[in-house]
Amino acid sequence: MTDHANITIPDFALVVLIGSTGSGKSSFAAKHFLGTEIVSSDNCRALVSDDETDLAATGDAFDLLNYTASIRLKRRLLTVIDATSVKREDRAKLVQLARKYHALPVALVLDIDPKICHERNQQRPNRDFGEHVTRNHAKALRRGLRGLQKEGFRNVHIMKSPEEVDALQIERQPLWTDNREDHGPFDIIGDIHGCFDELTELLGNLGYQIDPYEDGSEDLIRARHPEGRIAFFVGDITDRGPKNLDALRLVMGMCDEGSGRCVIGNHDFKLNKWLKGKSVTQTHGLDLTVAELEQTSDAFRKRASDFIWDLRSHAWLADGKLVIAHAGLKEEMHGRGSGHVRNFTMFGETTGEVDEFGLPVRLEWARDYRGKADVIFGHTPMADAEWLNHTMCIDTGCVFGGKLTALRWPERETVTVAAKQQYAIPAKPLDAGHSLTAQQDHDKLLYFDDYATKMRIETRFKSTIQVPEENSLAALEVMSRFAVDPRWLIYLPPTMAACPTASEGPFLERPEQAMDHYAGRGVTNLVVEEKHMGSRALLVVAKSAAAAQVRFGVEDGKAGVIFTRTGRPFFKDEASEAAVIARVATAMQSSGLWDELGTDWVLLDAELMPWSAKAQDLLKRQYYPTVAAAERSAAALIEALTGKGDADDLSDLKAKAEIKLSNARLMGKTIDGYCWQADTIDEYRIAPFHILASEGHVHSDRPHTWHMETISKLADGDPIIQATGWKRIDLNDPAQREAVVEWWLDHTSKGGEGLVFKPTDFLVRGEKGMIQPAMKVRGRDYLRIIYGPDYDLPENIERLRQRGLGRKFSLAEREFKLGFEGLHRFVEGMPLSKVHECALAVLALESEPVDPRL
Amino acid sequence: MQIEITLLANADANYSAHDLGFLLHKHPDHVHTKKTSAGDATIFYPEVSDGRTTAVLHLEVDPIGLVRGKNQQSDGLLAQYVNDRPYVANSFLSVAMGRSFAQTMAGKSKDRQELADQPLDFEIRILPVALAGDQDLLLALFEPLGYTIQSPEEVEGQMVIDLRLSAKLRLAEILNHLHVLIPVMDNFKHYFVAQEEIDKLLTKGEGWLADHPAKELITRRALKHRRSLANMALARLEETTVADEEDETPKLKPEEQLEKPLRLHDIRLDTVADVMRQQNVKSVLDLGCGEGKLIARMIKERGIDRIVGVDPSVRTLEAAHRKLRLHQAGDAMSERVALQMGSLTYGDRRWKGFDAATLVEVIEHIEPHRLSALVMSLFADARPNIVVMTTPNREYNVLFETMKENQLRHPDHRFEWTRAEFEGWANEVAAEHGYTTAFAPLGPVDETHGGPSQMAIFMLGEAS
Repeated sequence: MTDHANITIPDFALVVLIGSTGSGKSSFAAKHFLGTEIVSSDNCRALVSDDETDLAATGDAFDLLNYTASIRLKRRLLTVIDATSVKREDRAKLVQLARKYHALPVALVLDIDPKICHERNQQRPNRDFGEHVTRNHAKALRRGLRGLQKEGFRNVHIMKSPEEVDALQIERQPLWTDNREDHGPFDIIGDIHGCFDELTELLGNLGYQIDPYEDGSEDLIRARHPEGRIAFFVGDITDRGPKNLDALRLVMGMCDEGSGRCVIGNHDFKLNKWLKGKSVTQTHGLDLTVAELEQTSDAFRKRASDFIWDLRSHAWLADGKLVIAHAGLKEEMHGRGSGHVRNFTMFGETTGEVDEFGLPVRLEWARDYRGKADVIFGHTPMADAEWLNHTMCIDTGCVFGGKLTALRWPERETVTVAAKQQYAIPAKPLDAGHSLTAQQDHDKLLYFDDYATKMRIETRFKSTIQVPEENSLAALEVMSRFAVDPRWLIYLPPTMAACPTASEGPFLERPEQAMDHYAGRGVTNLVVEEKHMGSRALLVVAKSAAAAQVRFGVEDGKAGVIFTRTGRPFFKDEASEAAVIARVATAMQSSGLWDELGTDWVLLDAELMPWSAKAQDLLKRQYYPTVAAAERSAAALIEALTGKGDADDLSDLKAKAEIKLSNARLMGKTIDGYCWQADTIDEYRIAPFHILASEGHVHSDRPHTWHMETISKLADGDPIIQATGWKRIDLNDPAQREAVVEWWLDHTSKGGEGLVFKPTDFLVRGEKGMIQPAMKVRGRDYLRIIYGPDYDLPENIERLRQRGLGRKFSLAEREFKLGFEGLHRFVEGMPLSKVHECALAVLALESEPVDPRL
Repeated sequence: MQIEITLLANADANYSAHDLGFLLHKHPDHVHTKKTSAGDATIFYPEVSDGRTTAVLHLEVDPIGLVRGKNQQSDGLLAQYVNDRPYVANSFLSVAMGRSFAQTMAGKSKDRQELADQPLDFEIRILPVALAGDQDLLLALFEPLGYTIQSPEEVEGQMVIDLRLSAKLRLAEILNHLHVLIPVMDNFKHYFVAQEEIDKLLTKGEGWLADHPAKELITRRALKHRRSLANMALARLEETTVADEEDETPKLKPEEQLEKPLRLHDIRLDTVADVMRQQNVKSVLDLGCGEGKLIARMIKERGIDRIVGVDPSVRTLEAAHRKLRLHQAGDAMSERVALQMGSLTYGDRRWKGFDAATLVEVIEHIEPHRLSALVMSLFADARPNIVVMTTPNREYNVLFETMKENQLRHPDHRFEWTRAEFEGWANEVAAEHGYTTAFAPLGPVDETHGGPSQMAIFMLGEAS
């Protein structure tokens, strides 16, 4: 309670106004808070009944009030409850609500003379109730006044007159744990447990300068980093180890100077109980600390006790990107305050059960963690510090003979110092010797419920891509029934835009259209590549099955996989797949590319030929019958007309039948060019066109010239790998443009599918967003496979020119971004669930209604 | 596509083949063109003489119009530009015949009625035909009507056929036969088949369809496999109702067809439901619930308070929803029974807290290397007290006469296990996750090969 006219409240709190009707709550609220921050019972009553004085609607009105307040609190927004709240039971519900969302409950009491309240009511319409109402309110209010703190309100301020109400100034303050403006950089240090020597060595390795200090003294030990980095301790400074007092002196010294910070651990908490003279059982190594501290002065012990008392439950740092807490913290508790939060940060979440070693069974909150902030914690000794869903436990059991670990942040590098000896025996041995990392072990299983919803994926390409729920569900069905193991499926390729439609002549697509498209967007430096007609294949190739297991966490003994553009296994039999993988891996070796790229795995984007290898069913069911029927139908007409001589009225019909016969045969010939018997893999041709990624690198930052040149080296290593014909062109040079048109005409007249035009740089941003990363220009005969044998008859082609490219362009762009976002995530070592959502989203987008012929 | 109609007249005939022009109401010296909804029809006579006159109806279908025009259908073949629809003899040709030869088909001839009323020697050629069937189908369709098939001699190996028929029949009969039978050979219709189609079929089939031995096949295909329509038509043909079982294309799934005599699936479902009852299970997660046959059995069990069916396919779940009548369910039923989309190769937090999980004929649909994900999500994560699994017993396959060696019972089966393989896998899974196992055969047991299907029951932590 305070008489000052100024009070401070946390900027995240549940503010409960308490006062009789007519006490001026609403005007008070309007003066100090945003309209949207105030949830008023009158308002809710009006919303559910069209009448804010309808007492019969009170029950429903309060349901709405509670619901609205819950949602705001869940979203970490300050919320003001404008209701009389004079009854204890009404307030109890609000306190409970605040606790549920870990918001501090604040009570602001307007204890105004009931007579004044009544007079005010008289002046307002619809408030003509008797004076007894305000009197009863006031009575109830005063009964509860003294118990407000006990009820759970952390801040209570009482105003006793309208003057006091007017005079009050409210200042908002960030919560103690809200240090979002603090960006470090930090060196986060794991549980010390009195391992002072290892700590000083670690600080030394991290570049800290430690001032000279005396053994056996109780002076604080001071240290700092010359570049102003902050040493951030995750708590559990003492107990079990050999130099608990020194460890405490150093941490206290650094925190005192500001070169260090610390959050509270369960051992610190217990130590403080002892320091405050409470009786505690001196187990788990506390006895050792007590033995040392008993030798120190009362002043030092007081200072230590104050230090621990001031330690925060956790720190919410760097714009919310980093959370440090002793035992970790669930996302819904970040930057909030409650007894619950404090308990969680010190002890973690336990069920009360104990395991076979007598240790509490911990619920694995980190497994379910899906937040974006890195959560760094200690508390549970592990053999190694490893990332798991953006969390990392850096207690590596130094006191048990493990090591002391620091995590440099934002660098995300660990630095460790081995324990000089084992100071204590752990209740259970530290796990060690996993073949998979913690993240990989966790990633063996992805969760359906993480994806069975509308997806919003933030990409690093300045756009967030949304996928409607029904598309996600469709993609999940296809994924789960047909796709390769998600651990291999780090990428699905985007669709490619077709060029704008040629406006006249027998061509639907021409190179000029693609060149004009790019030139019109200021992109004149292009790479043009031959487009192969086979089936799209993504090849993940590792040096060996062992290397694949280390990087991909797979356990199927494969050294790689080949999958289609929708993520299905390319080959039905695994032996063929393994044979192709082995040959590509050998070519990577002989071409020196493993070393050149500094990797032991690579992802290639390729076309695999012949078409007939994959499309046999389609050919038999659709293409061959079409060619046969078209040819036969035209031939039959010609045959029937032959007997008729040159009757004028039939000559047109005959001429047309002859063109159709020729078209059908051209289509058949085109198809035959893409098909050949391939009984062994020697007859396959694999034409890679992108080296998408390798260890530590997504190669979208390299120009297509690099991709083509590097792939040609790979092609030298094995005849089944085919280099692609390509040229670099400058659109400002008319001669080069012309040469490309000639090349395209020549290439397509010989049965080639067409050419692909790409900006030389993989990723180009124009004024209106991303420039199409690639555009295909397909040949006249190839398009018969797409639009039917007679598409280029004048009466047909004019209609076909009406094709909407907008959706295809947009789809190509979104899928491109998603694909590369996923690859970046994989290369950065993000959890598989984050990589998988990108591949899933590409597949989901493919269910959008876009003309499949584009 | 085209149809060629040749009228023959031998020397002692009382008519000239030239009279075909009178029968068709199309003068042999002219070229007749007609725009129909199916395309542009051209009728001309490549051969005209007293002994032999041929009329050709050639139909050009607009391939772009098929995709973009008003006949556009959003499903299947017609939505693509590359297909044989514009080129093979199909329902388009029937439509064009109907529009071009309406009088003839009604049996009328303005100038030669006596010829129209008289069976004459005709040769018919239709090409190209994408025959949905084999040589026997041609015989079955045409021989009972009095046609001789001149070509082809053998259908097999040909993508399209050149069909030549000869017969001594009235021309109206021939055109009506072909009007119905061309789409039947092709087994596809370019337009939506509605109730009026029955009337059309019965008109064109008047006088011959009711007695045709293949009338059921013809009716069913002509009505595009809409079973209720086909049944109504057949009923009107012979005033009897045809039972569903006699369907030409059985609705049974491939494995059910194989296993049908055993009613094996019922045995499996009943057995699993019995296990649920015996174990006093309160809540069940039916993984791979399909259309809800097991759920339907479990709904009747009074002790089960909560049933959740999970399937990866939205369409399957919609069917289950219908079959279980969940759309009519009251609150109590809605709380008790729920369907959920989910996948067995992903984990799912919603699967926790169930007494039992059932997987009836499910695991064989999962790639072997993805079974580990199912094991993790089910046995490590969800951990129901009881898991009941059934899967085919591969050893038994030799007893199915129609099965080839190494064939699996369903095209979507990724594997089928012998008893030893299933038990070995199940015991390993159980040991690793603290379950015990029991096994039982399902269906009539063969001494050597065991039961057609096999069941494993996993119990959480019982032995230890």
